[in-house]
Amino acid sequence: MKDKIFKSFLFAAALFILLLLAAIVYALVSRSGETFQTYGFWGFVTNSEWDPRSATEEYGALSFIMGTLYTAFLALVLCVPFSFSVALFNGEYFKGKKIAGVVRSVVDLLAGIPSIVYGLWGFYTVRPILIDLGVSVQGFGIILSALVLAIMIIPYASSLSGEFLSMISNNLKEAAYSLGATRLEVVKHVSLPNAASGIVASYILALGRALGETMAVTMLIGNTNRIPGGLRDTGNTMASVIANQFGEADGLKLSALIAIGLLLFIITALINLIAKLVMKKLSHA
Amino acid sequence: MERINTPTAQNAVLQLKDVSVSYSPGKYAVKKVNADIFPHTITAIMGPSGCGKSTLLRAINRMHGLYANIQTTGEIILKGKNVLAMDPMVVRRMAGMVFQQPNPFPTMSIYDNVLAGYTLNGIRLNRNEKDEIVEQSLKSVSLWEEVKDVMNKRGSFLSGGQQQRLCIARTLALKPEVLLMDEPTSALDPISTNKIEELLLELKQQYTIIIVTHNMSQAARISDNSMFMYLGELVEHGNTTQMFTKPKHKRTEEYLTGVFG
Repeated sequence: MKDKIFKSFLFAAALFILLLLAAIVYALVSRSGETFQTYGFWGFVTNSEWDPRSATEEYGALSFIMGTLYTAFLALVLCVPFSFSVALFNGEYFKGKKIAGVVRSVVDLLAGIPSIVYGLWGFYTVRPILIDLGVSVQGFGIILSALVLAIMIIPYASSLSGEFLSMISNNLKEAAYSLGATRLEVVKHVSLPNAASGIVASYILALGRALGETMAVTMLIGNTNRIPGGLRDTGNTMASVIANQFGEADGLKLSALIAIGLLLFIITALINLIAKLVMKKLSHA
Repeated sequence: MERINTPTAQNAVLQLKDVSVSYSPGKYAVKKVNADIFPHTITAIMGPSGCGKSTLLRAINRMHGLYANIQTTGEIILKGKNVLAMDPMVVRRMAGMVFQQPNPFPTMSIYDNVLAGYTLNGIRLNRNEKDEIVEQSLKSVSLWEEVKDVMNKRGSFLSGGQQQRLCIARTLALKPEVLLMDEPTSALDPISTNKIEELLLELKQQYTIIIVTHNMSQAARISDNSMFMYLGELVEHGNTTQMFTKPKHKRTEEYLTGVFG
């Protein structure tokens, strides 16, 4: 009897979460309806104009989609060397040693720093450096956001991939060593191939974080409503444009912002789906 | 095939001189072991759990070098050279090792598993050389007929016994001087065990084999010589038949008759 009650409780909880997700999707879809009716789905997605002036009002999401992809992928590329080194340091070279624990704690601490603090640090510390280096006049833009984003996602990429590396059985590594392999060769031919799906998964997780990150990016990207002309240019991501403009938006503009929210949701869902497919393929191939 | 009838220290392929291994300072898992191993013989190392038999075996191919806390002292002379003074990578290629758990590389095909020793050492081979090594090595462990049509499948798709034979083939592909086996059949079923034992008897025509085993009847079935270890010391080392029928030491006799184990 108790078992039955517990079971139905679990079932109800799971159902509630499903319904909640459905409710969020419903709200996003219904409130963005006006935008898609006005421009059509592809019309909205492929239009890079974002003009809120009432006389020439026109809304398209392409600038922000591009801004999001630029910053997130640049951040991912920038974070790879660091998170990969940390993962190898903790999961292979200094596995189980005290120093690995210290490094892990410090890296995990990075994940605990609030986004707004990263934003402030990027604004007052990293931006002047970029100005001094002559990257851009104001310092704001894709590069600045991506640099700070990269640091923000290092913990996500490194801790999980380090975990996967440390899970490679000693038995397997000893087999490679017993054949005369050096440590580097063991890492290259045994540890990395065997942890590959896990490592890919952790980078996709990190990419997902970077795509949705809002506060720090909003403070650093420059908030211009057009497709960034290059990495030194300013722009807006899907998350940052919503954060910047939702307060004073109504009517079609609000609907367009919610439509961008819906798109961001779809993109993140797709990224997760791709991650799952990659993992499945790598672990069964 | 040249057979050695009168073993003398000169024609020993492997000599252990005062070999000691410690896991922490002052605590010895292996204490001053002296032994000569002769070519084309199977030597079984026996003894109760924790007696140091695996530790001794792993000293020979410098596996202890992977762990900073383990110290090996004495001399281990393989083909006239002290392995403790050699590059461990070279030693490990000369002394192949087969482990308790079959451990083919799961990301590699059967074909690539056999060649793993070459890939891992960065030795490049052309297609013909590769094919030849793979065929020869798999034939020498009687696995060729069973896997020749599924070469591109993963090694993990084979049965436990086949996996272990694949691991032996992988080791033999590097043409080692000695074959070190750490309880290679303890994770296998009786039929697979039997196959491996028959295989070892064939392989000794070409190789020198040292096998750590928990299984006394296995030692009696396949080994020429036996070593009995107890608390890190080599208690007795000699002809297997003699040791099983007339052990020189009381400890050996007690172990063989099951007084302790």
